[in-house]
Amino acid sequence: MLEFIKSYLTVIVINLIAVVWLIFSVVKNKSKTKESLKIALKTFFKTLSMIIIIIIFIGFLLGFLPPDIISKVVGEQAGFLGILVTAVLGSVLFVPALISFPLAASLLKGGASIMSVAAFITTLTMIGVVTLPLEIKEMGKKLTILRNVFSFVFAIIIALIMGVIL
Amino acid sequence: MKPVEINKSNEKLKQKKSLIRDYITMGAIIIVAVIALLFFPDKSGPVLSVSKNYFLELIMILPAIMIIIGLFSVWIPKEMVVKYMGKTSGTKGIFVAIAIGMLPTGPLYIAFPMAIALLKKGAKISNIVIFISAWACIKLPQELVEIQFLGIEFTLLRLALTIIFVIIMGLIIEKIIDWTDKKNIKIQEGV
Repeated sequence: MLEFIKSYLTVIVINLIAVVWLIFSVVKNKSKTKESLKIALKTFFKTLSMIIIIIIFIGFLLGFLPPDIISKVVGEQAGFLGILVTAVLGSVLFVPALISFPLAASLLKGGASIMSVAAFITTLTMIGVVTLPLEIKEMGKKLTILRNVFSFVFAIIIALIMGVIL
Repeated sequence: MKPVEINKSNEKLKQKKSLIRDYITMGAIIIVAVIALLFFPDKSGPVLSVSKNYFLELIMILPAIMIIIGLFSVWIPKEMVVKYMGKTSGTKGIFVAIAIGMLPTGPLYIAFPMAIALLKKGAKISNIVIFISAWACIKLPQELVEIQFLGIEFTLLRLALTIIFVIIMGLIIEKIIDWTDKKNIKIQEGV
């Protein structure tokens, strides 16, 4: 039971919020509820096609580049160039966050530097080359490019500071 | 028909067209993917199982997120978003953006429609950038796993640095966007 709750925490929390809010909405105002469900349905179909495309890409990416190969490539990098390479890898790859931490731990054990592991995790979570088309479509080109470029630069700065402190 | 109405129906037609285009693209990519898998039969197992897992996760999360976005756009008054995340929200706005971003809510690509809903209600750009970044890399349950695998020292330091730089990034991006927008307006006005 505890294991179940742990692995589905996100699903449970998000659905709980939706259901409680929806019940509150129905009780308070039926026509407002109808309107919100209409918006929900519209947004759903607007984003669904893009998300399915993303899922197909992720399948290919992880299917052709399983975590053990990724860890081999990252583990072989060294120095500032190594940090750059791992940061780029982290941006391009799409690894679920929960897998990225054990992966990072195995990288550290395998001899990778703290800096490259920190850069890897930060770009892995903050930058998504795979999700770029969706981000551009929703947020616009300017904001998307600025956010991803700054995230990349700051990921490297964060990695360098961590390497100095730890 | 008044010009406003014409604009509105034009807008609707455009939306419909882009929706159809998106689904045609999706169909084309599915076909290409199937053909590619036929060429690499030994990879089709792993590819399909990864895609299936993501799809299942999505099916469990996406409807709830969409309902929350719908409820949000109808129930939350604009004044409230402006007050807590708008132009004058200051430190409070930053705090609110990080706090909602941290909630356990799913992958980054779901944050974009959510961010748009906030933006439409009057949240300012810096807070939107902070919200998206917090959503991406400061997730609560995720951090527990990070502590478990990488240790508390690594995790806390990375978190603290990330929060600092995410806030700096939000403020810089807002300045840049404000600045380029102003420039565009000036060019349009011919100044």
